[in-house]
Amino acid sequence: MRYHVATIAADQRTGPARLGDRVFSATALAAGIAILLALAGVFVFLAIEGVPGLAKPAEFYGDATSFWGYVAPLLFGTVLAAVIALIVAVPLAWGIALVVSHYAPKSIATPIAYVIDLLAAVPSVVFGLWGISVLARQLQPGYVWLDENMGWLPFFAGPASGTGRTILTAGLVLAIMILPIITAISREVFSQTPRLHEEAALALGATRWEMIRMAVFPYARSGMVSAVMLGLGRALGETMAVAMVLSAGGGISLNLISSSNPASIASNIASNYKEGTPGKIQVLIATGLVLFLVTFLVNFAARWVVTRNERKLTR
Amino acid sequence: MSVTTAPARPTSEPVAFTQARLPRLAPVLVGVVAVAAAALPVLLLDWGLVAWALVAGLVHLVALPAWARVVEGPRGAADRMVTGLVWAACLVAIVPLVSLLYTVVDRGMAAISSTFLTYSMYRTDLDQEVGIYHALVGTLLITLGAAVISVPIGIMAAIYLIEYGKGSRLARWITFLVDVMTGIPSIVAGLFAFSLFILLFGPATRLGIGGSVALSLLMIPVVVRSTEEMLRLVPADLREASYALGVPKWRTIVKVVLPTALGGIVTGVTLAIARVVGETAPLLLIAGLTTRTNFNLFSERMTTLPVLIYTQNANPGIAETPGGTPPGIAIAWGGALVLILIVMMLNLVARIIGAIFAPKTGH
Repeated sequence: MRYHVATIAADQRTGPARLGDRVFSATALAAGIAILLALAGVFVFLAIEGVPGLAKPAEFYGDATSFWGYVAPLLFGTVLAAVIALIVAVPLAWGIALVVSHYAPKSIATPIAYVIDLLAAVPSVVFGLWGISVLARQLQPGYVWLDENMGWLPFFAGPASGTGRTILTAGLVLAIMILPIITAISREVFSQTPRLHEEAALALGATRWEMIRMAVFPYARSGMVSAVMLGLGRALGETMAVAMVLSAGGGISLNLISSSNPASIASNIASNYKEGTPGKIQVLIATGLVLFLVTFLVNFAARWVVTRNERKLTR
Repeated sequence: MSVTTAPARPTSEPVAFTQARLPRLAPVLVGVVAVAAAALPVLLLDWGLVAWALVAGLVHLVALPAWARVVEGPRGAADRMVTGLVWAACLVAIVPLVSLLYTVVDRGMAAISSTFLTYSMYRTDLDQEVGIYHALVGTLLITLGAAVISVPIGIMAAIYLIEYGKGSRLARWITFLVDVMTGIPSIVAGLFAFSLFILLFGPATRLGIGGSVALSLLMIPVVVRSTEEMLRLVPADLREASYALGVPKWRTIVKVVLPTALGGIVTGVTLAIARVVGETAPLLLIAGLTTRTNFNLFSERMTTLPVLIYTQNANPGIAETPGGTPPGIAIAWGGALVLILIVMMLNLVARIIGAIFAPKTGH
């Protein structure tokens, strides 16, 4: 017995000596490295197949003459839909997160949190189906009204789409889809506010809203920012909802209620890959590479903010 | 406010330390009044129930802060306003969920028949019934393939992060990049598998296993994160007790740590499966589309349920009666109902497992 204990102690100090330990820890390490390789592989394989798509003869790029002329409207469409989604989803998500963390009693907060998680479980293709056949139809009269009464704004210049399948509808569907992730992370950071900060604010006579503004928001600021950025990453990469809801056409335009907006990068790939010759597919993969780099940067920045904040909190 | 007026107060009157407040039931009272007030234009102009709810909500959002401003002052009014707004946010978010679930159940039920789940779309004559059997098989096999690839990698990587590499630079990088990976767009995962299989097997390759590879790229980060979380909850006492008995580290992990965390890990894996089972974009690219039932992951195309929904909706065919529902739309809604049921069931199972095997952190 004593012998065993001594070996174990030696194990802990001098590294794995037994075969089983060596094999097991090597397997674990290999799995960890495999993940890094997979991530690198995404970049490498997209680059191998996509880089030839950057410099093709002009006929591969449709109306545009160069790759950047082809991808620019798509990038614009991607960002526009994501921005609409953020403008709608972020205030809602923060509101819900506050209800769950500070306003509702626990017996109501738990079901609310559960319902929002349920929203995250709905597959994107079902959101797309719902977006076309319910939301777009419900919104269409609203677009006609906006066109008639607020047409002087560039966003509502019209003519209003007859089907309601516009970038605004697509953005709204995206907003519903990114709501759960923004809510979940904000909820987490809101509820981490030290209880003493909150009680100190209340003891000084602050109302609940003043307490939230003075104690909760400053503490949660970086978490809130990264929640928004993660939502942005989701919205930029979402494919099916946009591909199904948006009837794309035309070039760069801020007009939100007609069918003259470009598709997003992801939805363009999904709707065009089928007619693709190998050359055309390479162009699509190159646009995918652009999307990957953009979302990677957004996610990288968001996670970096979170990690830095976590380290700050543990200190 | 009371401080500034205090000197003017006659000394005989007691000093008020609390501000005037609205009665406790004020929100309810204003709510009732708002509903009643909104009923007037709704009845006069003949609007629907939705408009009534909207108008009542707006009246409530304005009236309560206004009353509070008179009685409690601007700070109280702002507080009431925000309280109203955050609760309104909750209601607004629930509306689309209810609408979506209602629509899917309503239209999906109409499509589901005795043959819907047991027939494929492959027809030998025009009058034959069609169903989604082939897509169910495809979804099941491809998701299973993805789980077989990602569960061992994910769990072993989490073991490395918690048991071996704790605090090392490599482990920190893996943790960070796994987080970044959770944000990879699904279409990019599809393009990755697509490029990989084109390079390996030549152009126009469509294989079920390609779909599994793409899905596992989306699934691994979820498995790693949840497993990591669960392993962290295993008390250090248990590990130390095992070491003290002379058990090697790897046997401690296999026999003590993993069984303790098993419930949580299974929950995490189930949730990860629920996440990828509804993925469309990567499978559209790499698994392709067919009307036949294909049981072999390693040859030929394979349809999955989400891809079937997408393509049926995009090319619905022609309705039998003019103005009726095209057959494809009906199939798409039926498929959507089945898909949502599968996802909800997986979520439910995950939660039940999680509740039964709640991590044993106490002593």
